[in-house]
Amino acid sequence: MEALFFNVDNGFLEGIVRGYRGGILTQNQYANLTQCESLEDLRTQLSATDYGNFLANEPLPLSTSTIADKATQILVDQFNYIRSNAVQPLSKFLEYITYSYMIDNIILLITGTLHERDTHELLERCHPLGVFDTMPALCVATNVEELYQSVLVETPLAPYFRGCLAATDLDDLNIEIIRNTVYKAYLEDFYNFCSGLSSPTSDVMHKILSFEADRRTVNITINSFGTELTKEQRAKLFPTIGRLYPEGNNQLAKADEMDQVRQACESVSEYRPFFSDAGQSAANGDDHGAASQLEDHFFQNEVHLNKQSFLQQFQYGVFYSYMKLKEQEIRNITWIAECIAQDAKDRIQDFIPIF
Amino acid sequence: MGYSSYYSYGLPPFIIIVIALYLLFTDSGEAFNVGRFLEESSPYAWASTGIGLCIGLSVLGAGWGIFVTGSSILGGGVRAPRITTKNLISIIFCEVVAIYGVIMGIVYSSKIAAVANEDLYTRENYFTGFALFWGGLTVGACNLLCGVSVGITGSTAALADAADPDLFVKILVVEVFGSILGLFGLIVGLLMVSQANDFTGATSATATAFQAVVSPYVH
Repeated sequence: MEALFFNVDNGFLEGIVRGYRGGILTQNQYANLTQCESLEDLRTQLSATDYGNFLANEPLPLSTSTIADKATQILVDQFNYIRSNAVQPLSKFLEYITYSYMIDNIILLITGTLHERDTHELLERCHPLGVFDTMPALCVATNVEELYQSVLVETPLAPYFRGCLAATDLDDLNIEIIRNTVYKAYLEDFYNFCSGLSSPTSDVMHKILSFEADRRTVNITINSFGTELTKEQRAKLFPTIGRLYPEGNNQLAKADEMDQVRQACESVSEYRPFFSDAGQSAANGDDHGAASQLEDHFFQNEVHLNKQSFLQQFQYGVFYSYMKLKEQEIRNITWIAECIAQDAKDRIQDFIPIF
Repeated sequence: MGYSSYYSYGLPPFIIIVIALYLLFTDSGEAFNVGRFLEESSPYAWASTGIGLCIGLSVLGAGWGIFVTGSSILGGGVRAPRITTKNLISIIFCEVVAIYGVIMGIVYSSKIAAVANEDLYTRENYFTGFALFWGGLTVGACNLLCGVSVGITGSTAALADAADPDLFVKILVVEVFGSILGLFGLIVGLLMVSQANDFTGATSATATAFQAVVSPYVH
């Protein structure tokens, strides 16, 4: 039924996003990019792609951060164009996408303030999609209660922060707990919102968000090994959605080492291959290598899921997926640029190709 | 949503039951009489409603298809302008559906001729009226669904073409098959009225005879 009415409000925007998707770099273009000798070469190669002359007015020498910033700016412009043309419920959906950037920005500012960084420098490093009016005021807060009362209560994120007001003072561990509690609340809220949308949107988004939740669960578990985070606290940070919930989450909450994580994920057949080569590194006593390989697998699977959402027409998942794929692309370009700048040609192939 | 929608589903049946029981218990159950309704309503009313449904539903289907396709062509055409000319064929397929409706509307309306009221209620004229009504409904419903199906496939064709030009012809085949559905309705609609004559007045001898047979409410 969604095909009958979807195009009334969203047909144009879906066409636009699918057009944008056509501009995502292909294997051939990546092959050309990896052949570059310098960042100026990279700029020439990129100007032949959908990015066009986005670096034309930049003073030489180029830095990798300029390339990343400018590429992000293109994505932000595209997103803002879509957002300004969207109507409900798509505009609400797009707002949900920006919430995750807002959470990142808030955490960045709090952490920066804790380490007494310069406010202006911090504000420049914030993701442009997560910017809100009262953001600079975050830099003066010293505890969560104050933070919530002065700034966050007026943002759409307020309900997410209610769960973590108990944390009294801001230190590194608490900030990490706040980040994960807030992100958990955000994921669950987004998941519920998608359940309220009609069938193809909810199907596609549930798949992606479940994976995102599982990824967070596994990452929290691995990162909490050997820290002072208790197991009860850890269990509270796990999102209550996803394919590992509830049984896998329970096992992960009790896990002490990599092998137990692998066993917990065994129940989901898609996650099983992630641990096969990660397991080898773990056997060599290299937990760090195992975690980074796992991270690569997660990114690959995320790209795979986001690519799949383009196979279904008349649903909102494409908007979310386009953002995520484009973000991955920016990460790839930054990686290639970084490898070129530091002359590390042997690792230049370690990006995650999209199409 | 909530409960309000569920309550609203129950309300109309409840009112209908109350009215039906009221008529039954007040000894006026005869007021609801399908046979009398069919006999008394003018064949002109049936014929005109049929023609109206025929063209109306066809245009609804065509319009629906065109907006579903059109919005996708617009969106897809921003980054891939080459698709706009090619995908105009999807719009034409939708438009054809409306043309079917127009053709059938013309064929049907040619059956209508002015007949004096007292000469109208003959066996043949009843048949013509009912044939035009149901024929028009058949054509209209077929064209509505055909238009929607062509519209949705057309929108997919436009986006697929924008992503990969090789896909255009393949999806166009699907679309062509969809557009044939409307033609089926057109053919059956023609056959349904092929036996029906134009409205003709009864000769004065039979007219009085029919007047006697027909319900006393017809004047």
